[in-house]
Amino acid sequence: MPVDQSLVGRSFPPTAAYEVTEERLRDFADAVGAPYDGRQAPPTYPIVLAFEAMNSFLEAESVDLFRIVHGEQKFAYERPIVAGDVLTATLTVASLRQIAGNDIIGTTSEVTDASGALVCSTSATLVHRGADA
Amino acid sequence: MTLETRTFTVTRADLVRYAAASGDHNPIHQDDDVARSVGLPGVIAHGMYTMALAARAVSEWFPGAEVVSLGCKFTNPVVVPAEGGVEVEVAGEAKEPEDGLTTVALTVTCAGQKVLGMPKAVVRA
Repeated sequence: MPVDQSLVGRSFPPTAAYEVTEERLRDFADAVGAPYDGRQAPPTYPIVLAFEAMNSFLEAESVDLFRIVHGEQKFAYERPIVAGDVLTATLTVASLRQIAGNDIIGTTSEVTDASGALVCSTSATLVHRGADA
Repeated sequence: MTLETRTFTVTRADLVRYAAASGDHNPIHQDDDVARSVGLPGVIAHGMYTMALAARAVSEWFPGAEVVSLGCKFTNPVVVPAEGGVEVEVAGEAKEPEDGLTTVALTVTCAGQKVLGMPKAVVRA
């Protein structure tokens, strides 16, 4: 079933506050094979927040995660993420089109810290593979 | 300036670890049957895992440098076999720095095929 076209421009509620701990940074850094240097998070770390925001969006729209393939991802950083940050992500649906039975969903997620300051802007293109695609 | 190509081996165990650390438990990264049900050749690496390897190469080329932006398209899947692993190669070309920022054009391949489209990083270095 195609995703609802009226979603374009809609922002979803911010994700629950997420505390960046040394342990979480170390786990992520180990998983990507780049040992945590005790300072900044690996550059792709904001995906943890963006992914959480995407999951909430998919659940709200009753879209199955296994039908989603990542098409594109961009990060623009205001500053590195460090242990002690408390972050939330807010997802907005930027665009939506249908190609060959697939929905191509453009999203942006802004990651902000406890003071509300922008830490990282992310944009992601999600390819929703339709049941008949 | 051409940077020294980095080669990383990706296994199913790496994907399990990455799923746990990132929260991305999409079964197309764990289960061949689910992956095939959506038209994929089998279990594929998280695109974000491959992107993380590209970022890792950048961090190795520019130790300690702040990354200002990072982006790519996911153009071809990295298919990860149940046994053994696949190699992902990350090549890079650094442009002349401008205003303290260096743009790195990346080429990320698996089995001779580009897997990321226009991967690019900008670092403060």
